[in-house]
Amino acid sequence: MAVRRRPLLTKIALHLGLVPFLVFALFPFYHMTLTSLKTDRELYDRHSVPLLIRQGVTFEHYAKLLWETAFLTWTKNSVLITVLATTISVLIGTVAAYALARLKFFGVETFGTGIFITYLVPTSLLFLPLAQVVHWLGLADSKWALVVTYPTFLVPFCTWLLMGYFRTVPKEVEECAMVDGATRIQALLRIVLPIAVPGLVCAILFAFTLSWNEFIYALTFTSSSEEITASVGVTSELIRGDIYFWGSLMAGAVLGSVPIVVLYVFFLDYYVSGLTAGAVK
Amino acid sequence: MAVGNIAVTVRLPLRVRVRELLDREQVLGPLFVTPALFLLVLLVAYPFCMALYFAVSNAFIGRPSHFVGLRNFVNLWQSDAFRQTFQNAFVFTGSAVALKLVLGISLAVLLNQQLWFKRAIRGAVLLPWVIPTALSTLGWWWMFNSLYSVVNWTGIHLGVMDPPGPNWLGQKYYAMTAVVVVNVWRGLPFFAITILAGLVSIPRELYEAAEADGAGPVARFWHVTLPLLSPVLAIVVLFSTIFTFSDFNIVYVLTHGGPINSTHLFATLARQVGLESGQIGQGAAISLYLFPVLVFVVWVHLRFVRRQAY
Repeated sequence: MAVRRRPLLTKIALHLGLVPFLVFALFPFYHMTLTSLKTDRELYDRHSVPLLIRQGVTFEHYAKLLWETAFLTWTKNSVLITVLATTISVLIGTVAAYALARLKFFGVETFGTGIFITYLVPTSLLFLPLAQVVHWLGLADSKWALVVTYPTFLVPFCTWLLMGYFRTVPKEVEECAMVDGATRIQALLRIVLPIAVPGLVCAILFAFTLSWNEFIYALTFTSSSEEITASVGVTSELIRGDIYFWGSLMAGAVLGSVPIVVLYVFFLDYYVSGLTAGAVK
Repeated sequence: MAVGNIAVTVRLPLRVRVRELLDREQVLGPLFVTPALFLLVLLVAYPFCMALYFAVSNAFIGRPSHFVGLRNFVNLWQSDAFRQTFQNAFVFTGSAVALKLVLGISLAVLLNQQLWFKRAIRGAVLLPWVIPTALSTLGWWWMFNSLYSVVNWTGIHLGVMDPPGPNWLGQKYYAMTAVVVVNVWRGLPFFAITILAGLVSIPRELYEAAEADGAGPVARFWHVTLPLLSPVLAIVVLFSTIFTFSDFNIVYVLTHGGPINSTHLFATLARQVGLESGQIGQGAAISLYLFPVLVFVVWVHLRFVRRQAY
């Protein structure tokens, strides 16, 4: 009896040890969602319990956000920028990664190191001069500025991630196809890419998430309400003066996160493998 | 053979010749990296050189600039805001990375056990890393609100804080604590998941051997887990150091650098000086303080970590 009980007790202790971590990780989302659903009367009542909704759920903050602010435009911008930047970056990253992982040519090592270095260059180091470049390209205060600049951090990321995946595809498979008369590009398209699909999914997900979440470039290169992204819109346009509409602010934060959370729920394992790819490989 | 070859190439249609050319690694390789190279030269290398030039010029928004040597850097050291920022950057990075490391190892060890709802727990733990930081930081901003802080409400009701509790974002040390907490919250998943991957790759036999030698759980952790984990820990710490040092979103949303510059980091001060007050030269000089850390991390990585990997 005692022998069987001990593992169960340890197991319960283990789970109890995880509780503080889970509360720490999840509480902000819980509180955000809760705030967005509370009536203003309960929200600004200093004697109410902030951890629960007692006076009924309301969707007025969401309605206000959707119909009285430009939130839908910001979301549309975010979608457009994210989809374009992701497509461009994954395409460029795929061919570059294939070349780096598979082909021997002049300068391949140097370029590989260059990709690694740019992967680590923080966006906050370059935003000032990039604002000038964006201006010269005639893209100042335009969402196209973001479509053009997001690949600067997405391409190194995708290239690096995919290099690892291409290396796991055995060279022989590709060589067989080429012996059978396929060109190298055909072998890439028909043999290597299908095998590397998990890597591609991972690269697409990460590129999508990173550009949806990007903030400093979006804040710096765009400013008018028609051009900004959801993150920038919620953090700058919903805060005017000293009066904060906390309900709508939190509603914006919740809705702005929804697309990523949906992807995340469906593709959790890809996120886990992508997050570790950089460090462990 | 050679003659035959030439005769063949002459007669071959263009399509076939292109096809043959593309099969050569010396041709296809450079062709494949060109788009990436073009992008990185135009939008990373070139702006970087501009940043170097701005830093030694008196560039101001909408005005021609002149070379001023190191004056920007000298001026920075005479400004209280900058010296405060310099100090903040090290306090912030040091404490945030240290906390993330300790908590990350503990969390990874817990996650590495036989758990119920393993997937759900992992998913929950990783979530803060996925949500747009600017938006989740707004949530924290509300949690630290001076009047309605849920953190204080909970603290008071649990009896660990005296009412009304600290004014998190309005007082110097509390504000720094708040930005560190939010950074740890966001960065912990990267540490936990990566260290977990490192833990999983440690062979079971080593633990069994250690156990056979009479090593307890603590001894096994110190003598088996930590040494074998050290390469992963080194990479995680290196990467996180760069990302934490160059953080922008959390401070920008939560405190805007305040109160009285006590939470400014290089990125937020660079934006304030370079864009909000228009002194691009000065701002670029501040941004460049991120560069030595980048160089150091890349150097360590290429010199020690990469070498082991290949």
